Amino acid sequence: MESSERIARRFEAARAEGRPALIVYLTAGDPCPERTPSLALALERGGADILELGVPFSDPIADGPVIQQASDRALKAGTTVERVLEIAAEIRRRSEIPIVLFSYLNPLLRYGFDRLCGDARTAGVDGVLVTDLSVEEAEEPAESLRRHGLDRIFLAAPTSTDRRLDLVARYSSGFVYVVSRTGVTGARDTVNRAVEDLVRRLRARTPLPLAVGFGISRREHVEEVGRYADGAVVGSAVMRVVDESADGVLEERLEGLCRELSGKR
Amino acid sequence: MNEKVMQVPDERGHFGPYGGRFVPETLMAPLEELERAFREAQQDPEFHRELKELLETYAGRPTPLYEARRLGAELGGARIFLKREDLLHTGAHKINNCLGQILLARRMGKRRIIAETGAGQHGVATATVCALFGMECVVYMGEEDMRRQRLNVFRMRLLGAKVVPVRTGSRTLKDAVSEAMRDWVTNVETTHYLLGSALGAHPYPLMVREFHRVTGEEARRQVLERTGRLPDAVIACVGGGSNAIGIFSAFIPDERVALIGVEAGGRSLAPGEHAARFAGGAPGVLQGAYSYLLQNGDGQVLLTHSVSAGLDYALVGPEHAWLHDQGRAEYVSASDREALEAARRLARTEGIIPALESAHAVAEAIRRAPAAKGQIFLVNLSGRGDKDTDIYRENFPELDQNDGIE
Ligand SMILES: Cc1ncc(COP(=O)(O)O)c(C=O)c1O
Repeated sequence: MESSERIARRFEAARAEGRPALIVYLTAGDPCPERTPSLALALERGGADILELGVPFSDPIADGPVIQQASDRALKAGTTVERVLEIAAEIRRRSEIPIVLFSYLNPLLRYGFDRLCGDARTAGVDGVLVTDLSVEEAEEPAESLRRHGLDRIFLAAPTSTDRRLDLVARYSSGFVYVVSRTGVTGARDTVNRAVEDLVRRLRARTPLPLAVGFGISRREHVEEVGRYADGAVVGSAVMRVVDESADGVLEERLEGLCRELSGKR
Repeated sequence: MNEKVMQVPDERGHFGPYGGRFVPETLMAPLEELERAFREAQQDPEFHRELKELLETYAGRPTPLYEARRLGAELGGARIFLKREDLLHTGAHKINNCLGQILLARRMGKRRIIAETGAGQHGVATATVCALFGMECVVYMGEEDMRRQRLNVFRMRLLGAKVVPVRTGSRTLKDAVSEAMRDWVTNVETTHYLLGSALGAHPYPLMVREFHRVTGEEARRQVLERTGRLPDAVIACVGGGSNAIGIFSAFIPDERVALIGVEAGGRSLAPGEHAARFAGGAPGVLQGAYSYLLQNGDGQVLLTHSVSAGLDYALVGPEHAWLHDQGRAEYVSASDREALEAARRLARTEGIIPALESAHAVAEAIRRAPAAKGQIFLVNLSGRGDKDTDIYRENFPELDQNDGIE
């Protein structure tokens, strides 16, 4: 099946406007599954170009405290993989924003990876990123994703060797997620300068858009990353707002955060 | 079966379908570096010489093989031999692996060591080798485990290690592993993660097995010398699976030797009440490896329980999953109560107080021995029980009456 092209088109549109695409992560089910579609739409109103919809997992080894706690809350609120797919379908009914499922491998394996791909595509999901799935182990899952027309998004890291970047470039579609620094997810005051070099090394290997994430939390970070990359990913800053805002103003706050991040006044 | 069982893992760390390398990309290159260092060390006679010398002069190898005659006579069946890993320096088998890995860390130029610990035995062994090599040591430990293994927390600190309490999830071993992985992913340049069991991403399960193989090789030689034949069964407790794979590895080619792994049966085999992965688990990925995992229908990892902190973990080491599926090893469980009773019985018949983990293996030997007349059992006594004194006291209150003395 052909890819939906939603992701590619969003990157092209942003490029045409001379700005980086704003990719926003949201843990599905926090504070409760019923609320997630409305939060996602608020992010889009504020200027999010692409939604990374996080599947909560009990043991998120790549996440810092903010997203760990968001996952815990989502699980306590009864969020399952099936429920995340319903959430994606609900968002798709109301919006054309590209949706990337962002997950650890085990919940997807348990659901059945191939079945997951089929159901995700039906729900209107455009791509999948599995945090703990390295390209080495990805042969079969990548084939399922391809067959169901889903973009395959892999991570590139500051520690990746040239050989590994070759593999990442070969396996990826949609975009490549460039991890800005060694560490777990979480907001930081500055963006690691060394990521520019990593972006350059990847450019030599792939025509795909490159999005930089980890530690990005402010407009100035997005602008800085936008000078050399095609997109900026914001996660913990969003989930912190979800955690800290009063229930009645959640949508308003998230929209405001994205407005600020995107520079859309 | 034989050829296949013997040649695992493959070059990507797969034991049949199990094992592998399921980690974020940031950790992939460091794992490749570690694998390279390990393979080079394996080819280096100087590495082996230094490790052997440390194992002999510092850790106390070879450990004795002791026949538990009074216990055997009471049970009236099999002869029971104990491989006395409890007599090693620091009180458990864990030091074998720690000495191997600290030499590797030095080869790689890493000066900061991190580790997870459940019972605290691996933490103590890690703190010990760090003191010995003058390296910085940070140990992650679940808060619940810090409570039940207080003595070991203090020992680690006395040895100069920093113990970091982990307050996420069930606050036990699994959560400590997650925190250690988060530290590693942040500090990869300077830090070696000294993982304490046959778990995690490739090359850890392979490497940890190789560093514990010495237990099995010694024991096989010792049993042959003492009895003129191979044992009928080798019995070991299985947390992540390092002491078990260490003693099993020497016997895997001996098809007539039964290999029996004992998991934590906890309070009952209801979900959340035990850590018997082969009884209640299904294949899944946790913390780097694909193996039998205690999980719910949605792929979320279940909480586990065992009276013994060292067995209280949701995933079993991948080579055990492979041995299980191949039918080469059999996995059973012993309950909290059975382990406690086995510990008391061993104490009273042999004057040996085992670690609660090892008591699970003893419990299985006790269960099987009466019907096994003429057979020889080899039990891996992986650790000593000093660290568990508080738990024994809680569970045997009748022994804790101090005749009114405050
Ligand atoms: C004495 C002892 N035996 C066994 C274990 C369980 O680990 P493994 O299954 O890796 O041998 C531990 C873990 O802490 C231990 O301290």
